[in-house]
Amino acid sequence: MMEGFVKEYLNQGKRIDGRGFKDYRQIEIKHSVVSKAEGSAFVNLGGTKVYAGVKLDIGEPFPDTPNEGILIVNAEFTPLSSPKIEPGPPGEDAIELARIVDRIIRESQAIELEKLLIEEGKVWIVYVDLAVFDMRGNLMDASMLASIEALLHTQIPKVENGKIVRGEFTSKLPVVFKPVSVTIGKYGNNLLVDLSKEEEEIVDAKLVIGVRDDDKICAMQKQGIGTFSLKDIENALDLAIEKSKELRRLL
Amino acid sequence: MQREIVLPGTYLGERKGRKVTNCYVEDDKVFSKVLGVLKISEEEISVVPLAGKYFPKVGDRIIGRIEEIEVSGWWVDINSPYRAFLPLGEAVEEFVDVRRVDLSRFYDIDDIIFCKITKVTKNKIIQVSMKDMLARKLFGGITIKITPYKVARVIGKGGSMIEMIKKKTGSEIYVGQNGVIWIKGGKKEKAIEAILTIEKEAHVVGLTEKIAKMLGE
Amino acid sequence: MKKSEVPLIINGRRIDGRLPEELREIKMSIGEISNADGSARVSFGKTEAIVAVYGPRALFPKFLQESDVGLVRVIYSMSPFSVDERKNPAPDRRSIEISKVTKEALTAAIFIEDFPKAVVDIYENIIQADGSTRVTAINAASLALASAGIPMRDLVAACSVGKVDNTLIVDLNGKEDNYSESDMAVAMMPSKGLITLLQMDGRLTKEEVLELLRKAEEVCKKIYELQKKVLFEKFKVEREEE
Repeated sequence: MMEGFVKEYLNQGKRIDGRGFKDYRQIEIKHSVVSKAEGSAFVNLGGTKVYAGVKLDIGEPFPDTPNEGILIVNAEFTPLSSPKIEPGPPGEDAIELARIVDRIIRESQAIELEKLLIEEGKVWIVYVDLAVFDMRGNLMDASMLASIEALLHTQIPKVENGKIVRGEFTSKLPVVFKPVSVTIGKYGNNLLVDLSKEEEEIVDAKLVIGVRDDDKICAMQKQGIGTFSLKDIENALDLAIEKSKELRRLL
Repeated sequence: MQREIVLPGTYLGERKGRKVTNCYVEDDKVFSKVLGVLKISEEEISVVPLAGKYFPKVGDRIIGRIEEIEVSGWWVDINSPYRAFLPLGEAVEEFVDVRRVDLSRFYDIDDIIFCKITKVTKNKIIQVSMKDMLARKLFGGITIKITPYKVARVIGKGGSMIEMIKKKTGSEIYVGQNGVIWIKGGKKEKAIEAILTIEKEAHVVGLTEKIAKMLGE
Repeated sequence: MKKSEVPLIINGRRIDGRLPEELREIKMSIGEISNADGSARVSFGKTEAIVAVYGPRALFPKFLQESDVGLVRVIYSMSPFSVDERKNPAPDRRSIEISKVTKEALTAAIFIEDFPKAVVDIYENIIQADGSTRVTAINAASLALASAGIPMRDLVAACSVGKVDNTLIVDLNGKEDNYSESDMAVAMMPSKGLITLLQMDGRLTKEEVLELLRKAEEVCKKIYELQKKVLFEKFKVEREEE
């Protein structure tokens, strides 16, 4: 029923909450909200609520990058967030989300992983965990904002005799870029940003675009069973670059 | 007569009000939906699939197997992603008190029936009926399955191929549009061999002669 | 940041001798798996995929059924011996993500309205991996689907494109995949000009992205011609007597 309502509005060039096609909903970002985490942030994007927590640990580097730290991103859609989520290991949506966030952070080279070498054979492992508590659409962009905000406020703990001293810190995590994602939905000939839950269910397809501070594109992922033409993608890239600046200002 | 093979997405022409089968239309332009053989005329554009499952059409006569007995009818396996329902009223002439009579009396699980598709809804609710002149229960015999789209070849023009097989083998044969074929008696094995050969070599020239030779005199 | 010890482009040629816009040798065949409703094998150089399609078939349990459309399921998996370091056969996060985007890429082309409450299962197996596995598998899946008689808007053709050593290239092999500044996987319905799969990572300007997409479209059109040829050859012209 809601579906038909939303479609009617879109067909007339409007959205049910009065927004323009290029408008994001109200965004609330808070950092350092979890004291046990080395870095954390909470984002409420139009009702979609997600926590990002950063935990650091010491581990062995990968054999082909012996002097670099490691980034691991995971996402959990908790059963609290929606009646459709069942308890259990992450499903394909959560896995995809985590992997896209990971790719955007990694490919943008936002974290200077080469500065995370502790000593030979020991590097910092940066765990970014996303916990979703409410889903009202556009989890991707909310998660990306939460992740970067958390990383920007992450501190590296002190290491004494090869062991981590939790609660005592030496420096900030070296973060040099603030990449964001802009998820764009295609409905007929229109492109919309920040899809609400209802809009996500009716759009033809979505395109997630990761943009770095210098407007470089770090990641793209098409989602959904619809299609995009080359022209659609060109328009989406322009829109993403434009909106990325607005989002970055919030960090 | 050579027929053109088309693929999903092959452009077939402008619709011009014609009936289309296994095609889709965009802006009055007709495209094929499947891999198949194109049949085009002034009245119709259709693609006969070269592969695929059996999708029932109203009017098809098919061979089914009783799969499950309900209170008011039977579920029938029709060799399709969908099963069909044979309602009591379409199977039995007399009045039946369902509270007292066990329906297996009429058709039991694994019974083979030659019946007609009478209803196919958009959501693929399929109904069959035994109230057709040719419908009957098939006792004994064995069934084999072939690709539904080769059935026409097995039957032949005006039934010529299947009649030849029946005559030369002396077997009783029923051919279902759903690719299920029932054979009983006579030189069964030869009949089966012939049918499977037709399925494999449907496109070969001189197939009729080859089959005739295979069946001997 | 993984940097290759060896330059990837020397005198305008790639490490396997190809020019930037050159594809590897492509082989395609149909119908190997007799039990499947449709099957195909495709290889691009040393990358090889086999795909089997089953369906449309009844879908159980019933709660998975959608009354007005059918379902498409994809499982992408790599054989343990397909890569340098043995790969654990259990599905990993990468395979799960690839299965998801592949399902979306193929469903875009399939008329799911034609088989409500039923399912088409697509099983993709990578026999040998040397870069661009997911697109190789999609090319095979497309052939398998068509040969199974699944109704589609068009065939789906796919390829990889990317940037190494400041050069834009097509059809990345394993090494290029690993050390590229950027790589992109694209699948499309070539006769419609519509993209059904798009994944990219790296660092590219907007113009580079668009340039790569244009190259990808050209390559997909070439692959499309090969796919059509293989299908026509397999299903020879039917001759009716008289």
